[in-house]
Amino acid sequence: MAKSPPLRLLWLQSGGCGGCTMSLIGAQGPDLVRSLEIAGVEIAWHPSLSEETGSEAASIINAIAEGREEIDIVCLEGSVMTGPNGTGMFHRMAGSDQSMMSVIEKVARRARYVVAVGSCAAFGGITAAGGNEVGAIGLAYDGKQAGGLLGEDFRSGSGLPVINISGCPIHPDWFTETIMQIGAGAFDERDMDDLQRPLNFAGHLVHHGCSRNEFYEFKASAQKLCDMGCMMENLGCKGTQARADCNIRAWNGSGSCLDGNYPCINCTAPEFEEPGHGFTKTPKISGIPIGLPTDMPKAWFVALASLSKAATPERLNRDATSDRLSALGEGKRRK
Amino acid sequence: MTKRIVMGPFNRVEGDLEVRLDSSEGQVISAEVTSPLYRGFEKMLVGKPMMDALVYSPRICGICSVSQSVAAAYALAGLGGRSVPPAGRHAVNLVHAVENLADHFTHFYLFFMPDFARDTYADEPWYQPVAERFAAVKGTAAKDALPARAAWMEMLGILAGKWPHTLSIQPGGSTRAISRSEKVRLGAIIAQFRLYLERTLFGDTLENVAGLFSADALWQWADQRASATSDFAMFLQVSRKLGLSKLGVSHNLHMSFGAYCLQEGHFLKRGAWQNGGPAVLALDRIREDISHAWYRSAGDASGPLNDFPVPDYDTSGDAYSWCKAPRLDGAPVEVGALSRLLVDGHPLLRELAANGANVEARIVARMLELALIVPQMEQWLAAIDTEERFIDHSPLAEDGEAAGLTEAARGSLGHWLRTRNGEIEHYQIIAPTTWNFSPRDAQGNPGPLEQALAGTPIREGEVEPVAVQHVVRSFDPCMVCTVH
Repeated sequence: MAKSPPLRLLWLQSGGCGGCTMSLIGAQGPDLVRSLEIAGVEIAWHPSLSEETGSEAASIINAIAEGREEIDIVCLEGSVMTGPNGTGMFHRMAGSDQSMMSVIEKVARRARYVVAVGSCAAFGGITAAGGNEVGAIGLAYDGKQAGGLLGEDFRSGSGLPVINISGCPIHPDWFTETIMQIGAGAFDERDMDDLQRPLNFAGHLVHHGCSRNEFYEFKASAQKLCDMGCMMENLGCKGTQARADCNIRAWNGSGSCLDGNYPCINCTAPEFEEPGHGFTKTPKISGIPIGLPTDMPKAWFVALASLSKAATPERLNRDATSDRLSALGEGKRRK
Repeated sequence: MTKRIVMGPFNRVEGDLEVRLDSSEGQVISAEVTSPLYRGFEKMLVGKPMMDALVYSPRICGICSVSQSVAAAYALAGLGGRSVPPAGRHAVNLVHAVENLADHFTHFYLFFMPDFARDTYADEPWYQPVAERFAAVKGTAAKDALPARAAWMEMLGILAGKWPHTLSIQPGGSTRAISRSEKVRLGAIIAQFRLYLERTLFGDTLENVAGLFSADALWQWADQRASATSDFAMFLQVSRKLGLSKLGVSHNLHMSFGAYCLQEGHFLKRGAWQNGGPAVLALDRIREDISHAWYRSAGDASGPLNDFPVPDYDTSGDAYSWCKAPRLDGAPVEVGALSRLLVDGHPLLRELAANGANVEARIVARMLELALIVPQMEQWLAAIDTEERFIDHSPLAEDGEAAGLTEAARGSLGHWLRTRNGEIEHYQIIAPTTWNFSPRDAQGNPGPLEQALAGTPIREGEVEPVAVQHVVRSFDPCMVCTVH
């Protein structure tokens, strides 16, 4: 079989922190360069990785924007900046008079696949926090509202909507796997959830595989950041609602937010940046958390919780508010 | 005749950058540095619960997010009420050092060295092996360095959950206690990184590199390494041929807020340095000038605890950047690894920068920090008592004002905050590249990069002068931090 030519990928950055690129270059098994080779993807230009600078870079971007050069995949990292007053000039493309907003729109409308990398590009993300004076929006969403820069009905050349690899930041595998699926011609509507997030990560809850699940089962709760207990009841953890596979797929070799002893802040979801309460506080009504698992009748949850609390093994009660697991309990460690 | 060149988008820097040059007779006469992006973190933070600064502020930057966390945690700690236990202090220093050293490593391999693989240099006698090694993405170095970097970041999986945007760094220490077995695992990761540095980056032990105390010793060492595997020696060879010690020369005040807080003080000390001697670091004399930036004043201009410039995009006046112009007692200040080691007193850097900071000295300083800090990390790890607490949870004062000062890879980083009833009332950030890439101030003083670019040679017919790129990237700019 003849080898097909590589898919060309253009990556732009706008209102974000560059953290998704930084996370991505930490890809392991295999590393990023090898992953792109395997996917059959060649970088047309990436702001951190390519040699071309200044007018050399601008000519690549302009040729794509004007349709003189074909592009298979356009990735945006960071949000689209619409301010001030809809001009987009909170981010002007360096070396030009154009707003990045207009450049992003032009290249996105030429692409076979458009990928929003990270929650900023997908939904506006952290850049949209605090009243959003800069007018940060996503490619196809403005927070939870469909639309964004490209409009609710946008479809790229492949017929797909914007693919939202959300997360703050993304896990490197979420991107490399999606690109490998695209490269293999094996990515379509069935591979996305209702917010167009790839199911390779959004098919799970952060709760899945959480090392604290035994504490969750018995409602043995952490009181402070460093405790080993379940962080849902007191510390704002949204792992039971957040769509991502962070506790199944290790971060940086072995970790996850929860393994670092801090709660899930649901960073793959639209509007995570404005939770309406402190990130590490659980809002409650009459002592009962309001953010219970969405698909479980509340009364059952409360009833089961009080039953399991009554049956909690002493080991779990103790460890829940300790910064280390006693595992087999005191006295089991060899002296 | 003066010719104007506008360079942008300037890549292989973190974030967005435009450089405008006026040139004449083959060299840069003057430069204007523009940050064309504004996001508004300082305003975003106002009204938030004070502990949420630890969620928002790391997201200023994906390349030095831990540094932002450290500055925010120090600022919150400055409100009073907590003391960090020794194990927590070591854990935070380790997390911070992993990021700072990863930044130096990433800068060298992915951002800086690829410029020497450009066609411009194709006729140089040293070109072939350098291009094969360092060509962007395609060079052998990218294939070696990326897995080594990823393995190094595994430190953060264990110590901090994940990177970037970890939340483990708190005003009272680290949320993550490590076990006896994890301590051994962390030691193995450091050992593996040391091995890469010693075999591939330096071709010598870290101790031998850290002990190069004079320029003579450095060049003698480089000559001995010429035939061995040493990416650093390869850089030194190119640097000598291209005269990088005469490029990007600046004569600014240097400053360090001090790096890695230990019981006995900062491991790399706090201070200032100018003209071959110590200078005054009057922290209460830090001001942000906005005469050439797209802001209008809204505070009382008495320093970052009271000033809060607000965005005002108007291209009709003198303004040409979203970057403000911080000044120390009215003077532009250069910050970064070179500044840190000048302040701390490393004799090699003091010699290399005796006639002004320059491209070569800035790169050597970063490589030297790799050699100096990894052995310290081994000691900090060894000093962790895994039976002890890693964090103090005593209540923080809910009303007050404080500054959190630290050193990111690229230099001095400060967060200034005021809180009332546990909410943030005021927040100002001055990042390293804000100092280095600042526009002119009201007195017309150019920022450090603007100053360093003056005199840069432009080769015949060059549209994107390669020497300008060396100078700009020698600062390892982080533009997303700059403008936040």
